[in-house]
Amino acid sequence: MKIEILGTGCAKCKALEEAAKQAVAQCGIFAQVEKVSDLQKIMGYGVMSTPGLVIDGVLICSGKALNVNEIVALIKAQ
Amino acid sequence: MWHELSGSVIASLGLEGRLGDAAHFFLYDTVKIWALLLFIIFAVSFLRTWMNVEKVRAYLAGKRELSANILAALFGIITPFCTCSAIPLFLGFLQARIPVGVTFSFLISAPLNNEIAIAMLFGLFGFKITAIYIGFGLFVAIVGGYIIGRLGVKKYVLIQVPVIEGALHVNDERPTFQERIREAWANTRDIFMKIYLWVMLGVGVGAFFHGYIPAEFITEYAGGDAWYAVPVAVLMGIPMYASAAGVMPLVEVLTQKGMLLGSALSFMMAVTALSLPEAIILKQILHVRLIALFFAIIGAGIMGIGFIFNAIL
Repeated sequence: MKIEILGTGCAKCKALEEAAKQAVAQCGIFAQVEKVSDLQKIMGYGVMSTPGLVIDGVLICSGKALNVNEIVALIKAQ
Repeated sequence: MWHELSGSVIASLGLEGRLGDAAHFFLYDTVKIWALLLFIIFAVSFLRTWMNVEKVRAYLAGKRELSANILAALFGIITPFCTCSAIPLFLGFLQARIPVGVTFSFLISAPLNNEIAIAMLFGLFGFKITAIYIGFGLFVAIVGGYIIGRLGVKKYVLIQVPVIEGALHVNDERPTFQERIREAWANTRDIFMKIYLWVMLGVGVGAFFHGYIPAEFITEYAGGDAWYAVPVAVLMGIPMYASAAGVMPLVEVLTQKGMLLGSALSFMMAVTALSLPEAIILKQILHVRLIALFFAIIGAGIMGIGFIFNAIL
């Protein structure tokens, strides 16, 4: 599983990245968490408000700093 | 009621005279503004759970320029927006073929009408001044965005924007009532924790002014109705975006001490609309010339409002 955090470096983006890493650890799965700050890539996902959460190439959520539990639920839903 | 209560608290502490006056002002204003901030930010955040930038984009796409400017400015009031999202928003609008000028109308209106500014203005100056602020803020956003659009500035966008063909993606999840409440409260708490100390600081300095500085101070030392009062107010407002919550209580006291309302309005609009952090963020995708133009046009508009108000009030 590959989790991408789309963001240009705001406080919410960092919070989401941190939460995603913790969520992955909590699920005990192998997943790669990557921060994406390249504007062309972010545009490619059609994100209008950062941060965006992408799981395996699919945009799941944008504009929200989800907490650890919410991300765990999203990972399990995959 | 709270006025008498806080007065008796101060009296029971044995504070009298100027010190008592200043302490009363501090206690009364801090608590009043905190309560109003919590209430208004919560109300605004709650209403905004029905809006998002994607809906705005889908609605604006394909509209004619001037009416799109007006709509974009109005949407700026009710759409949740964070300065840190300025770039994806800007690019997202361009991807939907929304003109640069319309995008600027939104980018001017949204921070100008942010929930903190509205709550502080309402708490400190009342409904009438808040309405004047929002009304003229919209005017600047609409006209400023329209002018920027007329100047053919698209060449100053430094990044290739692939246009989206076909239907625009709209996030159409419908949260339940509880989820909206929870989201609004989380947002209110975040904002309040960020600004409550600033409010105390601003009111504290204001209380000192209130108790110790004579009413003629501003008129005597800071120009009062001199012509340069408005431009100086605008220039001073530019670096203060992050501390709007602390600055506004001070402005209220300064108006009581002889600062003209037009200068005060110009200053507060400069604080929110001419945001240096936003300019720095946008510099990643926009040529400096366009950002300078944006600041110049908005600055001129804000000064115009200040001059008009100083002249007629």
